[in-house]
Amino acid sequence: MRRGWFLPIAASLGFAFLYAPIVSLVIFSFNESKLVTVWSGFSTKWYGELFSDPQLLGAAWLSLQIAAISASIALVLGTLAAVALVRFRRFKGRTLFSGMVSAPLVMPDVITGLALLLLFVAMESTLGWPQGRGMLTIVIAHATFCTAYVCVVVQSRLSDFDRSLEEAAMDLGASPLRTFFDITLPIIAPALVSGWLLGFTLSLDDLVIASFVSGPGSSTLPMVIFSKVKLGVSPDVNALATIIIAIVALGVLIATILQLRARPKKARG
Amino acid sequence: MTTAHEPTIPPPRRLRPWNAVERRLAKVGISGRVLVLVAPVLWLLVFFLVPLAVVFGISLATKQFGRPPYSALLSTEEGTVQLTLHLSNYIKLFTDNLYVAAYLSSIRIAAIATVITLLIGYPMAYAIARAPDRWRNILLMLVVLPFFTSFLLRVYALTGFMRGNGVINQFLGLFGIEPLVMMQTDFAVYVGIVYTYLPFMILPLYTTLVKLDTALFEASADLGARPARTFLSITLPLSLPGIVAGSMLVFIPAIGEFVIPSLLGGPGTLMIGRVLWDEFFTNTNWPRAAAVAMAMLVVVVVPIMLLQRAQSAVVEK
Repeated sequence: MRRGWFLPIAASLGFAFLYAPIVSLVIFSFNESKLVTVWSGFSTKWYGELFSDPQLLGAAWLSLQIAAISASIALVLGTLAAVALVRFRRFKGRTLFSGMVSAPLVMPDVITGLALLLLFVAMESTLGWPQGRGMLTIVIAHATFCTAYVCVVVQSRLSDFDRSLEEAAMDLGASPLRTFFDITLPIIAPALVSGWLLGFTLSLDDLVIASFVSGPGSSTLPMVIFSKVKLGVSPDVNALATIIIAIVALGVLIATILQLRARPKKARG
Repeated sequence: MTTAHEPTIPPPRRLRPWNAVERRLAKVGISGRVLVLVAPVLWLLVFFLVPLAVVFGISLATKQFGRPPYSALLSTEEGTVQLTLHLSNYIKLFTDNLYVAAYLSSIRIAAIATVITLLIGYPMAYAIARAPDRWRNILLMLVVLPFFTSFLLRVYALTGFMRGNGVINQFLGLFGIEPLVMMQTDFAVYVGIVYTYLPFMILPLYTTLVKLDTALFEASADLGARPARTFLSITLPLSLPGIVAGSMLVFIPAIGEFVIPSLLGGPGTLMIGRVLWDEFFTNTNWPRAAAVAMAMLVVVVVPIMLLQRAQSAVVEK
């Protein structure tokens, strides 16, 4: 293929489009003025303001807890689902199962949120559980859609790796359970790590579903940010965004490096 | 090397615990398969499938005051069980212009935004697929990175960019150009969807494009086809599964989008996700919101099936 000028320019413009708003957001988080878009001098005072806002800190702590718990539940469920889908070629209801696993990936958030809320309300009036809504109901909702993402990540890793390793273990007398824990699990470990991280960030990011299933007094970080942003642009949100972006960028960087290292070196042609 | 001793090797002792666990489970009739399937199946049934059924049920109720704020479908009176189904919510969906207009405008906005995303995403995916090996992973990471960054904060970043005194207008001001009104228009909603969903378009496109055999391009060029012709009759048809998968990954969530129209759009930007939200939170008409959700589900079901077929094609090739 002849390389023209079109592709590099189109790609550069595309990347500029992706990153320019983020870069400007980060720059203006260090702006002194309350006007977010007019530069008036370097300052870190908005960061200071951020750490003295108890409502924001409380919401952040709640969101981190919810994200960690729901990512962990999703890790177990998603891995089991992936094992079933990759290893069990045929079982009753496989189509329905694979549909249920992947549908949450594309289901519009408003539907998922409304559906779960109505379920929780109906369950409370018939079974008496869950009582009220709050952290528990948000965790259940997040674990459900994170399961789908974990499953996709683990599935691709499971279908990639050499099954003869598992067969060798079984030939040597290892039981299926032992084979899973001694052979399969270590091999798919990188996928498990990235699946968990994906679930964690998605849970941390969710506004719509959490708004439906949360109760009074359990506002997550995105809910607090959304109510602030609705009122207009405020510099402390810029500061908060910068911190989140920095953490995420670091996380993705580490995950990418780990994955590149873990991948067996292929002969390059 | 040959084994001189007897051929039967006793299994190592360490294996015992797992074997014992499995034997005990087998005794109660639980096989490994059931063990793997039971947790995810139960969870997804209870928290994914049943909720959709509940939505359908409540969409056939009517709003009433109290807790919960909808009428019961089943009522018992003097030993007879009565099932009351109200179709009024669905009738309202078809007769009230607001809903029809919201559905049509959601589909239109999502479709236009999807086409723009495709036009921007395709060259990017193609450039990454043709980039030198060592660049490819870095470029891919740059595509994925914004996806991991908070969706809400990226939409927020756009508001700072497009406001009346935002970055773009200040830049235009340097050249003496009058500030443009971008916020609270449909244009801002398009930009918002394209901006936030671009990675979803690029990744499946990249996956199909990177697998294309370059020998095909050479053959086509050798036979005298110009690059444009090669692209139209070879690259484009072969990357069709990626185009469909990417487009559906943008189109489906864009239809139900709530955050983007409410932060970037104006009061005239009608989208069904926003209508559902208002019906639920502002009017507290849960049955109506449920009916809106069911109708939205019908709209996205065909795209979801298209997506599933395209995705299996992307993965298998």
